[in-house]
Amino acid sequence: MAVAEKAPKMIDVKAAEAPWWRRWLPLLGVAVIVIYCLAPFYWMVVSALRRPTDQFDNSIIPKVWSITNFTDVFKPGTGFGRALLNSLFVAGTVTILTLIVGMVAAYTLARLEFRFKNFVLAIIITTSMFPGISLVIPLKKLFSDIEWINTYQAMIVPSLSFALPLAVWNLTAFFRQMPRELEQAAMVDGCTPAQAFRKVILPLAAPGVFTTAIITFIAAWNEYLIALSMVNKKSIQTANVVITGFTGTSGRDQPFGSQMAAGVVVTIPLVIAVLIFQRRIVAGLTAGGVK
Amino acid sequence: MVSATAPVPTQEKGTKRHTSFNEGTGRLAALLLSPTLIVLVLVVVYPILSALRESLYTSGQRIDDSGFIIQGSEFVGLDNFSAIFSGETGDRFWNAFYNTTFFTVTCVVLETVLGVAMALVMHKAFKGRAVVRATILVPWAIPTVVSALLWKWIFQADGIANSVLGTQILWSTEGWQSVLSVIIADTWKTAPFIGLLVLAGLQTIPGEVYEAAKVDGASVWQTFVRITLPLVKPALLVAVLFRILDTLRLFDLPYVLVGPNKESVETLSILAFLEANQTRYGPAAAYATLLFVYVAVVAYVFVRVLGADVIGEAAQKKPKKNGNGKGRGRGQGEQDASKPTLLPGLTAGGGGGGA
Amino acid sequence: MRFERSHTRKAVALAVASSLVLLASACGGDDGETGGDSGSTGAAALEGKGPINFATGKDTSGNLTNQVAAWNSQHPDEKVTVTELPESADQQRAQMISNAQIKSDAFSVLNLDVVWTAEFAANRWITELPADQFPDLSKLLPSTLDTAKYRDKLYAVPVTSDGGLLYYRKDLLDKAGVQPPTTWEEMVAACAKVKALPEAKNIGCYAGQFEKYEGLTVNFSEAVNGAKGVVVGDDGKPNVDTPEALAGLTALVEGFKTGFIPKAAITYQEEPGRRAFQEGNLLFHRNWPYVYALANKTDGSSKIAGKFAVAPLPGLNGPGTSTLGGHNYAISEFTKNKATAAEFIKFMSSEERQKANVEKTSQAPTWASLYDDPALNKQFPYLAPLKASIETAKSRPKVVKYGDVTTAIQEAAYGALTGTTPPKDALATLQTKLSTLITQ
Repeated sequence: MAVAEKAPKMIDVKAAEAPWWRRWLPLLGVAVIVIYCLAPFYWMVVSALRRPTDQFDNSIIPKVWSITNFTDVFKPGTGFGRALLNSLFVAGTVTILTLIVGMVAAYTLARLEFRFKNFVLAIIITTSMFPGISLVIPLKKLFSDIEWINTYQAMIVPSLSFALPLAVWNLTAFFRQMPRELEQAAMVDGCTPAQAFRKVILPLAAPGVFTTAIITFIAAWNEYLIALSMVNKKSIQTANVVITGFTGTSGRDQPFGSQMAAGVVVTIPLVIAVLIFQRRIVAGLTAGGVK
Repeated sequence: MVSATAPVPTQEKGTKRHTSFNEGTGRLAALLLSPTLIVLVLVVVYPILSALRESLYTSGQRIDDSGFIIQGSEFVGLDNFSAIFSGETGDRFWNAFYNTTFFTVTCVVLETVLGVAMALVMHKAFKGRAVVRATILVPWAIPTVVSALLWKWIFQADGIANSVLGTQILWSTEGWQSVLSVIIADTWKTAPFIGLLVLAGLQTIPGEVYEAAKVDGASVWQTFVRITLPLVKPALLVAVLFRILDTLRLFDLPYVLVGPNKESVETLSILAFLEANQTRYGPAAAYATLLFVYVAVVAYVFVRVLGADVIGEAAQKKPKKNGNGKGRGRGQGEQDASKPTLLPGLTAGGGGGGA
Repeated sequence: MRFERSHTRKAVALAVASSLVLLASACGGDDGETGGDSGSTGAAALEGKGPINFATGKDTSGNLTNQVAAWNSQHPDEKVTVTELPESADQQRAQMISNAQIKSDAFSVLNLDVVWTAEFAANRWITELPADQFPDLSKLLPSTLDTAKYRDKLYAVPVTSDGGLLYYRKDLLDKAGVQPPTTWEEMVAACAKVKALPEAKNIGCYAGQFEKYEGLTVNFSEAVNGAKGVVVGDDGKPNVDTPEALAGLTALVEGFKTGFIPKAAITYQEEPGRRAFQEGNLLFHRNWPYVYALANKTDGSSKIAGKFAVAPLPGLNGPGTSTLGGHNYAISEFTKNKATAAEFIKFMSSEERQKANVEKTSQAPTWASLYDDPALNKQFPYLAPLKASIETAKSRPKVVKYGDVTTAIQEAAYGALTGTTPPKDALATLQTKLSTLITQ
């Protein structure tokens, strides 16, 4: 009471007693990590902000700032704006489909006991082991037979090949962590198993589902080979493909400036989303706490 | 019949209602899993089988007298495979095999060491932890393609790497420079992520465990090796497994950074790609099959020998045995065992989508 | 228990059955036809009119859109849509091939690099062109027309060409009182004199394209041909293990060893080389004509605008031989509207189009008379040396499996230039490899 009011604030006794280097070393470590992670990204941003003629200037801070690269990237002919939308659409659809299909599968694998469960899990992990380039050729033949080339589904469906196993793994582990008592309690109260899933489990599994959604989205956004092979019509191509197709004036050069500018444009939304949701992501990682 | 057939362990509490869950489980499971399995069969199993079949054939290699390629494919059995292992192609194959393995071992070890170091730093640093958590997600958020271009840009002969180091290393020529450039580019993107995963694991270790260790007189190193590492191990192992699987299939970094046909960095994926490029689809499929077998074998060994808890079985069984809080340390440790299966998705997502 | 087991068994049986079905279906129709539409005795007349698609790499002239628009307004029922393929030549080829493999009619007119003609023709991915439907062929440079033929049959129409040119710093040579070199030794001597000048002490003497890619094949061929050797002889048989070829290759190797060629040049493709030249770090530079317009830009990107000139390539002991580059337009075998495609090709290869493109970018036209046009020559002083270069240029080997051939050449050349393989051994190995690859 009175003693408690007068009690000194909690101090980090260990830190206060420690030699100066023990206090500053972690901060130094933090600084090193930040530099390690951000230095190339900084270089990317800075390269994009130079004038095209200064592209090969190696000064850390550009002498002349210019947004020419960015305006070049969005010029009508490049189709980059459209490509961004395409990327968004494809990645978003892949994520949604993966979540829907994957959640059902994951819940099944987490809760039901059946003979071939391990076999199914093994299949799912094995299917994500096949080298991506070898998937493309047979699929391209198949898709051309059913006239799917230059369509969105030709990019979405093959992306499920790596998105589904990923999502199923994540979600299975997540659902497994949740105590069975939850559904049992719900069913005691009169829910069917499906209702129990929808009303009780899903809301609690939100962090895990969320994390899986982000992982899947980023994996799908990153996808390059399938998009390159299945689509050659510019209006349907995704951003990754369009970036690598940038040419400069001569057709032989690699216009690093505009490619870096495009890279920044493609990355910044992801970075912002990741920053905003970083608490959720980490929460999803540490969510053993479904208490 | 149901209670006799359902293989649910009968020590489960609350047996009243949950049998309805497991009624006809096999059929129900098949039904619920069918969408997933159908999709996977279509987009993965079909190409795998198609590639297997393709590897037994050869097509478009012979020219008739008027100069045209003879159409149609010819069954050659295992000739494609035996051709890979013989003569000059054999040398090239084993070189690629060595490169692939070398990259995998080096990159994964480096990523893990750096990642764990980062995690430890972030764990200790009370201030700035949020800032660091944010920044380490940046390398992960950059698309793989853009990252490859960026590093190619950095490693130009007249680029910023040479400028900062004050050297004139020709990074894309044969030799240790090209290998190093690939390793740096790969590790940069993935180490921070492992750091994040390990940090998550570290954060679940309760402080009391460390205090107990200190009371017992453990040094910093002993604490790290005997307490931290084992508790983090499940998470780490599965993350490492998925990174290994990804790096074994490494393609775009060496291809974009250094260029094709460079012996120092040629990987098995690149060989498969180059064969397909020359419209030699039979040999390309053979390379892909061999790579697939290699990856599968490594995964199997990892799971069996090192006990990477990929299927999360440990989580299912142990908590039931322990009941409630036998010892918080151990309980927490087992709780950790269930986390690892979440984490591989993150590492895999970082690297797998891009190839 | 019974329930489970029977269901598992069913599931497994289903899986096995479906895999077998898949295998069987995949085993099915994989055999193509061995006969082509146009018999091997003569090209059939091209038929079919309607909309077509033009697959090309990036248009650097800026004129393509206008030209296509002009065509479209004149031919409203036969509209042309342009599909821009990825930047790199390899990716362009890969896309065209994968379309051809599935016999897709997505592309009608293909913009092919000159070295792809043999492969595309032999695989029946492009149609043989009847010479009578293309009356203006005689007006094109003969060496360019040669690249469009496979086994003496016409498969494409050359629309742009490319020949190697020696760019040099006129200002520095004038200061040192040296004439532009016509042989390799003269070039070495000239550089020594120029390096005596105080402002050019550290300048690199010479660079071409020496990275391990197609450009290396070009430079290697030029070195060998310039020494009066051959890679593939006129009889179509490889003959690269000769003293002449060795002399040519050794000159390059010595160049690297003595520092005549800067070390960094081993990583040079066209653009890094051009950059080095434009920064004033190279005295002599072998590159394609496109560099001319860019190096003369006065917007600050080039430090040598107006200070350089072009000359034909020097050979070892006499004038050199450049390797022919360029692009040809071909008709895809699988398009329905071949007649329209033919008309479009004629339209694009006509004199006015080529003239317009020359004026925009320093590309090399295939129309012979354009090189003699006085107005153009005044505006583009590189046209005269370029014509000389193209007229005496040699093509790269016209082989169906060109990819393997160029890889073998790159392997040999890169090994020799980096000092890994002695030049003699490199050539011997190359000769063996080429003999197995080039068997016709």
